[in-house]
Amino acid sequence: MIDWSALRQDFPILTRRIAGRPLVYLDSANTAQKPRAVVDAMAEFSLNHNANIARAMHTLGVEATSAYESARETVAKFIGAAPSEVIFTKNASESLNLAAHSLGAGLKSGDEVVISVAEHHSNIVPWQLLCQRSGARLRWFDVDDQGQIDLDGAKEDGLINDQTKIVSITAMSNVTGVASPVNQIAAWAHDHGAIVLADGAQLVPHSPVDVAALGVDLLAFTGHKLLGPTGIGVLWGRYDLLADMPPFLGGGEMIELVTMERSTYAAPPHRFEAGTSPIAQAVGLAAGINYLEAIGMSQVETRLDELTAYALGRLAQVPHLRILGPDHLPRGGAVAFTLADIHPHDVMQVLDSYGVAVRGGHHCARPLHQRLGIQASVRASMGLYNTEEDIDTLVEALLATLEFFKVSPGDDQQQGVRHG
Amino acid sequence: MADLSALYQDIIVDHYRAKHHAGLRQPFDVEVNGVNPSCGDEITLRLLMKGDRIEDVSYQAEGCSISQASTSAMTDLAIGVTVDEFAELVAGFREMLEGQGKIQLDEDRYGDAIAFEGVAQFPARVKCAMLGWASLEDALKSIHSRSVEEN
Ligand SMILES: Cc1ncc(COP(=O)(O)O)c(C=O)c1O
Repeated sequence: MIDWSALRQDFPILTRRIAGRPLVYLDSANTAQKPRAVVDAMAEFSLNHNANIARAMHTLGVEATSAYESARETVAKFIGAAPSEVIFTKNASESLNLAAHSLGAGLKSGDEVVISVAEHHSNIVPWQLLCQRSGARLRWFDVDDQGQIDLDGAKEDGLINDQTKIVSITAMSNVTGVASPVNQIAAWAHDHGAIVLADGAQLVPHSPVDVAALGVDLLAFTGHKLLGPTGIGVLWGRYDLLADMPPFLGGGEMIELVTMERSTYAAPPHRFEAGTSPIAQAVGLAAGINYLEAIGMSQVETRLDELTAYALGRLAQVPHLRILGPDHLPRGGAVAFTLADIHPHDVMQVLDSYGVAVRGGHHCARPLHQRLGIQASVRASMGLYNTEEDIDTLVEALLATLEFFKVSPGDDQQQGVRHG
Repeated sequence: MADLSALYQDIIVDHYRAKHHAGLRQPFDVEVNGVNPSCGDEITLRLLMKGDRIEDVSYQAEGCSISQASTSAMTDLAIGVTVDEFAELVAGFREMLEGQGKIQLDEDRYGDAIAFEGVAQFPARVKCAMLGWASLEDALKSIHSRSVEEN
């Protein structure tokens, strides 16, 4: 049995008081809080082992290189991959841009790229840019009113076909918490010879992930949602695929031989890591992953499910609250909702005065909000350090929000501000 | 954090409940779209000029109470003034919002808009309060560049 509340002591920020109340941090889908072990590992590296990697031949250079490469091994093991398949980037967005540039290098008019309407902007814009550059056509899966990908409708439309070259799909929505049927989509795409990429920014911090079982060719995720620091992300790719891909950014460390006319490139993963890498950040990410592995990702998943189920149950008791996506498991721990017609920014503001940190807006998923017929939403998202009491405080603050904006529980007309 | 009631003053709530000059009207000289990408607020704003004077401002907006109320109060001030007078009003309003609560507005000049002084203590909301004002600035700029081209 894991003592989840004892584990909160590893996260010093959770002792902060906001507006005179204990912090209730429900914004982990945005960025996770860091355990002391992550900060300590980065400090230890920077204070005692810092040097540039690969190009410094002295003792410190060797130590730094080994710390960086061992972080790569930690990440690889975490997702069931080989270290040579793990590319370090700045964040998930850069991973997706890398993929779009490099995979898209050969695309031409007539080719098709498929995404979904449920994507984060980071998995939309790079593909729009690619299609503008290449003349390829961007297509997308629709979702139903619960945010579930409409696989049957897509099959009827022949969304994926022989023109499809790339399919890039979120593994778990950062708004509805819905997990996409990545396996089925990947199998369908592979039947047509397309390359399949998953945006794992939300799934990887939530569930045990094995890249082989996921069935995709590439997987992007970001370090700061995985208890790690900002400034580091990951792109995993099948080695034979990476070996065929042209570089994205050019610079030091990604080359084999440079002449003034042309260069030859290093093998993966270094081919895709131009310039000095986020070394201390890689060390921090590895410490975050080690922290999660010490608990066990399946335990983490069970705990997040427990908290999510509790939150869904409690939120169902709040009048005028509409949850986006399924109101029951299975789903991820990002729970977006609307409250009467009070604007999310206003809800968020009242919650903040209760010490409750949530996100308000479209959470970088404007097309999905439009598809679900709303402008913006409030999102509470779970981390392994949250407690049932955190959810209770959220509910208390939501009820106070209704009162502040004078929405009475029986109001059928979902009136917003009627205060004053 | 500063007190919520400093932010949600009654004047603001009144404007939000009954927005002044709301809706999109004909005729107009220029239409602009403004967004606040961090929270998804959006506004379509139309401007009608008469010589150097702002004859009408009409708008349709989706957004939080602060952005809606601020746009409403802005139209009260903008309609009837000259381009230069409005530019001075915006400059003063923006300076107040960015002044972290240290700058006060002249009530005689700003009317209901002084209620937004509380917003200055909530840096995350400054963009909300500026959305309508900045959109009218954009509309005036595009009219200006159009007349420069014509000359
Ligand atoms: C589903 C999803 N994809 C991509 C991203 C982008 O991550 P980052 O901002 O670290 O690049 C996020 C988080 O913001 C996300 O939730």
